[in-house]
Amino acid sequence: MTTTTPSKLERILAAGHFAVTSECGPPRSADPEVVAHKAQMLADFVDAINVTDNQTAVVRQCSLASCIRIKQLGLEPVLQMVTRDRNRIALQSDLLGAASFGIHNVLCLTGDHQSFGDHPNAANVFDLDSTQLIQTVKMMRDECKLLSGFEMKDCPKMFIGAAENPFADPFEIRVSRLAKKVAAGAQFIQTQCIYNMEKFKKWMQGVVDRGLDGKVAVLAGLTPMKSVGMAKYMKSRVPGMDVPDDIIKRLAGVPKDKVAEEGIKICVEQIQELKEVKGVRGFHIMAIEWEEKVPEIVKAAGLYPRPQV
Amino acid sequence: MIIAKPKPIEEIIETTKEFKKILVAGCDGCVTVCEAGGMKEAQIVGSALRIYFKQQGMDVKVDEISLTRQCDRPYVAQLEEKLKDYDAVVSMACGAGVQFLAEAFKDKPILPGVNTCFIGVTEAKGEWTERCQACGECILATTGGICPIARCSKRMSNGPCGGSANGKCEVNKEIACGWHLIYERLKELGQLDRFERPTSPKNWNTSRDGGPRKVVKEVSQL
Amino acid sequence: MNYPTNVKIVKLPCSGRVDVIHLMKAIEEGADGVFVAGCLEGDCHYQVGNLRAKKRVAYVRGLLEKIGIGGERVAMYNLSAGQGPRFAEIAREMTEKIRKLGPSPLRGAGNQPSPGPKTEVAA
Repeated sequence: MTTTTPSKLERILAAGHFAVTSECGPPRSADPEVVAHKAQMLADFVDAINVTDNQTAVVRQCSLASCIRIKQLGLEPVLQMVTRDRNRIALQSDLLGAASFGIHNVLCLTGDHQSFGDHPNAANVFDLDSTQLIQTVKMMRDECKLLSGFEMKDCPKMFIGAAENPFADPFEIRVSRLAKKVAAGAQFIQTQCIYNMEKFKKWMQGVVDRGLDGKVAVLAGLTPMKSVGMAKYMKSRVPGMDVPDDIIKRLAGVPKDKVAEEGIKICVEQIQELKEVKGVRGFHIMAIEWEEKVPEIVKAAGLYPRPQV
Repeated sequence: MIIAKPKPIEEIIETTKEFKKILVAGCDGCVTVCEAGGMKEAQIVGSALRIYFKQQGMDVKVDEISLTRQCDRPYVAQLEEKLKDYDAVVSMACGAGVQFLAEAFKDKPILPGVNTCFIGVTEAKGEWTERCQACGECILATTGGICPIARCSKRMSNGPCGGSANGKCEVNKEIACGWHLIYERLKELGQLDRFERPTSPKNWNTSRDGGPRKVVKEVSQL
Repeated sequence: MNYPTNVKIVKLPCSGRVDVIHLMKAIEEGADGVFVAGCLEGDCHYQVGNLRAKKRVAYVRGLLEKIGIGGERVAMYNLSAGQGPRFAEIAREMTEKIRKLGPSPLRGAGNQPSPGPKTEVAA
C-alpha cells in the first residue's frame, strides 16, 4: 500500500501494522503545559495523538494550537475538526495553517450540538457537514484547489479520517454511511467506543461484505471504564453509546478498589479479541482524564513497542 | 405558514406603558391560523392592557382592530385615517407585518405583540412545528419530501450524525431525527441510492447568509 | 334554592362555550369575581367542553397574575345539573372568597363601574 501524505499514521497502516492512537483533551484555560504533559505521557505508546475540537461544545484551547504544540514536541498529531463552529472559509484556513506546521492527519467531524456545552445560546455554523469536510480536504490535497476553485501553490497533504458510530440508529444505515464517507475520501475511521462486541462485529461484517475494508482503515474505539458509576452514566446519558448490562455486572462484581483495574482488564481483553476481527486495522484508545493508563493498556495488549516507520 | 407565538403580556405592558392611546392591530393571515395574533388574540391583549391600566389608575385608551394582512400596502393603508387617533400600535402580525406598518407610519411607534418563530404547519390543534428554513434552493425532490435543513438540528446534507438514537435527535428526545425520517421515506420510495451519494457543499447564498433577499416577477411588475 | 343576590348568572349550553375573552371582559368591566360552573369531568354532554373551560380558566388566571391583578377572582367549579344545593354552596363559597379579597381593584381605582349587571358567568 502506498502513502498519499507524509503522515506517520498512514505509513504505519500502509506497512500492515496495527495502528494505535489516543486522544488528548486540551484544558479550559490558556495553560501551555497541560497538552505537552499529556502528549509526553502518551508519546512512546501511540502512533498519533488526536486533539479534540471543543468536544461536546465545551470551550477548550483550540485543537490547532494543541496540535502545533504536539508537533513541536516531535510527536504526531491528529487534528480533529468539527463543522459546528467554523464555516468553509475558516475550515480551509485552519487546514492551511495546520499543514504549514507539518500536521498531516485530520479527523473530519460534524460535532456535538452546542446545546450540550456551556454556551447553548451560541449560533451554530454547520456550513458543511463531516462528509463535505472530507470532500474539501481531499480536493485541497489531490487537486490542490480550494472549494472556490482557487489553485494553491503549496497544497496541504492530509491523511483524511472520519468517525463512525456503529451503535447509533438506524443500525442498517451505519455501513452505507461509512461507504458514503469513503466515497467522499475518508482513508481512516475511528469508531465510537465499543462495549457491545457483538454489534460491533456485525457492523464490521457489513463493512467487509461491501469491500470497504480494502479502502479504509478502521481503528476500533475503546474507553476503559473507571467505575460502575461511569458505566451507568455512559449507558443512560450519552447519546449513541451502547453499554451491555454484562459489562456493568462484571464491574459491579468486583470489590470497589478493584473496579478500575477490572475496567482496564476488560479494555485489554477487547483489544485482544478485536485483533482477530477482519477489517480492524488498529485501536483508538480514548482514556478521558485517565491518559496515564494508556501506556499500561498498550503494553498489556501486546502493542508495545510501537513500530518505527 | 408563518408560525408565531404571543409575547408575554409583561413585555407588551413594558413597551406600551408610556402611551395614552394604543391600537392593537391583529392580522387575519398566518397569525390567525396559529392562534397568536388574530382578532381573538388582539382582543385578549386589548382587554389585558385595559385591565392593567385601569388597575394602575392610568387613563389609557386601548382599542382593537384586525387587518386582512399587514404585508400588503393596500391593507396597511386602511389604517391611515384611524391612526390619527392613536399614539402607538401593538401589531400582532409577524415580523414582516410589524415592519411594514412601521414603514408606512413613520411617526408612530409600532410595537410587536408576538414573537415570530418559523415557517411551519399545524401538527395538531394547538401545536405547530417547523418545516422550512427558506434556504432559497429547495432540495425536497432528493430527500423524499423531508427537509434536512429545517428538520436536522445540524442542517446536515449527508446525515444522520452519530447522535441519532431511536429515531430521535440528540438535542431533544421530542424532536424526530430528520435524517432518520428521510431514510425511512427514501426506503419506502425505493430511492435508497440517493442516500449513498455524497452531496457537495450547499450554496447558502440564497438563504439568510447571502443578505436580505428579494424576489421579482417581471411579468407582474407594472 | 337560596344563593346570594350578588351572583348574577349567565346561562350557556355548555361551559365549553366560555372563551378567554369573556372572562377577561367580565373582570375588565368591574366584576369582583367570575366563576365558571361546568359539569362534572367525564359527564360533559359535548364530550370535553368542560375540559376546554378548565384550561381557559387556568389561562386567564395566569394572565391576570402576570398583569398584576391576581388570578384568584376567576375560578372553575364542577357539578351536575341536578346538584342545586351544591350550586348554592359554591356561590356562597365564591362570594366569601371574593369578599375577603375585597372589591375589584378596577372599581376602587377611581373608575366608574360599568352600567349593567356585574355578571358572573355560569353554565
